[in-house]
Amino acid sequence: MNTAELITKRVILNFPKFNAGQPILTKLIKEFDLEINIYRARVTPNKEGYIAIDIIGEESLIEEGLDFIESLNVDVDLAMNSLLWDQDRCVGCGNCVPHCPTGALHVGDQRSRQIAFHRNLCVECLSCVENCPFGACVSIF
Amino acid sequence: MKTYEEINSRIESGEAVVLTADEIIDYVDKEGLDKAAAEVDVVTTATFGTMCSSGCFLNFGHSKPKMRMSEVWIDDVMAYAGIAAVDAYLGATQLRHNDPANMYYPGDFRYGGGHVIEKLVAGEEVQLFALSYGTDEYPLKEIRTYFTIDDLNQAIMTNPRNCYQNYNVAVNCSDKTIYTYLGELKPNMANLTYSSAGQLSPLLNDPLYRTIGIGTSVWLAGARGHVYAEGTQHASDCLRGDNDVPMEGAGTLGLTGNMKKMDSEFVRGVSLKGYGASLALGVGIPIPILDKEILRHCTVRDSEIFAEVIDYSSTYPERGGDIVGRVSYADLRSGEVELDGKTVAAGSMSSYSKALKISEILKEEIKQGAFLLSKPIRNLPVNQGMTPLDVRAQGEKK
Repeated sequence: MNTAELITKRVILNFPKFNAGQPILTKLIKEFDLEINIYRARVTPNKEGYIAIDIIGEESLIEEGLDFIESLNVDVDLAMNSLLWDQDRCVGCGNCVPHCPTGALHVGDQRSRQIAFHRNLCVECLSCVENCPFGACVSIF
Repeated sequence: MKTYEEINSRIESGEAVVLTADEIIDYVDKEGLDKAAAEVDVVTTATFGTMCSSGCFLNFGHSKPKMRMSEVWIDDVMAYAGIAAVDAYLGATQLRHNDPANMYYPGDFRYGGGHVIEKLVAGEEVQLFALSYGTDEYPLKEIRTYFTIDDLNQAIMTNPRNCYQNYNVAVNCSDKTIYTYLGELKPNMANLTYSSAGQLSPLLNDPLYRTIGIGTSVWLAGARGHVYAEGTQHASDCLRGDNDVPMEGAGTLGLTGNMKKMDSEFVRGVSLKGYGASLALGVGIPIPILDKEILRHCTVRDSEIFAEVIDYSSTYPERGGDIVGRVSYADLRSGEVELDGKTVAAGSMSSYSKALKISEILKEEIKQGAFLLSKPIRNLPVNQGMTPLDVRAQGEKK
């Protein structure tokens, strides 16, 4: 890889109900010089599927790579993680905190002890979904 | 020295000096106990957490023709109907009909009595299904209809055990994950769970029950409520520190209040994996500063409140007496504690942030003259123990 500045983009690829016909992630790596970190995936021929990934690389190459994916009629969602944290459902107990392996869910301000969520740190392991008594953490898949 | 009457008249005239249990700590540090005791009228305390012994009495009104409901389900969650004709008691931990519970371990328990109560308080519509054997004056044998809390004549929350004075810290010393009412506990003490508002908690600020007693007005999830009895398992005869603060469970409160006036932000259904359904509730209790000693107790801080760490894989289920250690709430809130030379990640089941919010809401209500204090009509017992259940043969003496 060259020395240009690398960025990370969190992306969900939503596959329609047909075969994309080619190994998309391999192409992103080989042809666009991107690193891929897969969080969650469900890809079955002729069924709807998804891949939740981080794409790491040069911004222009990421854009080209995403254009290529969209040209295959695969929906690219840059807006969300597959894990949603609902601030209104969260009561701020903090039961999730020791179960979150990356500190994405953490005690924000030490005095008020409200819980805060760092979307970029979330690896979508879903242990918060298992452990939230209040249903504040939900998987979109 | 102040009296309830003096404090109430200052509240009514909008002159009362009210601080939260969080604010009072620094205030007394700065002003000194004597000056602060003369100045401060009320300290507001609060807690928000899962309180399994919660529920509500509901009166549905009479259908035409009438029915003596003998079995009742609300949103498929059974309510106890062994009381008068169209009354029922819905408990927080009741599971929905056909919930597989722990048949597929650990169960999810997504919907139970606590969730129905949350829906009712939020004003949402729920389903009533009731059966009866039929009588001459109550001929109807079956009914299915829908209602909201506004359609009920009464919805009275009645909780036999709320506001535990202090609580165990749970760890798992075994080599496999366990699922408890204090959450998922990983093997070999990888994590622990505590559940107390600590320095904000009502009974930790009035450890000897001098002002919180039967008849005390409380803020119950936004509604006016009161203490109607000592809570079940009230066990005030316990190990206490020099500051009189219990180091174990200790006292509890029986609380009641008008559910129609509650705010659903503070009444929340709870699903505990592998354990069951429940209800989390917000409670605020004002403490009148009648004298210096009452104020001194209100200055208690997390570093001076200790809880016992119990092994929930063995000691707890076997009713053993061993403890793994004692830790302060200041250490617990730091996120990790040292136990047996091991660093253990600490998580909380009760919400300090919601408790803080409640203590501030109650403070504002008192300052605006909207919430008056009431003197207990009876005190809670200070030296009461707790009896275990012995399993014995019929007629066998203890």
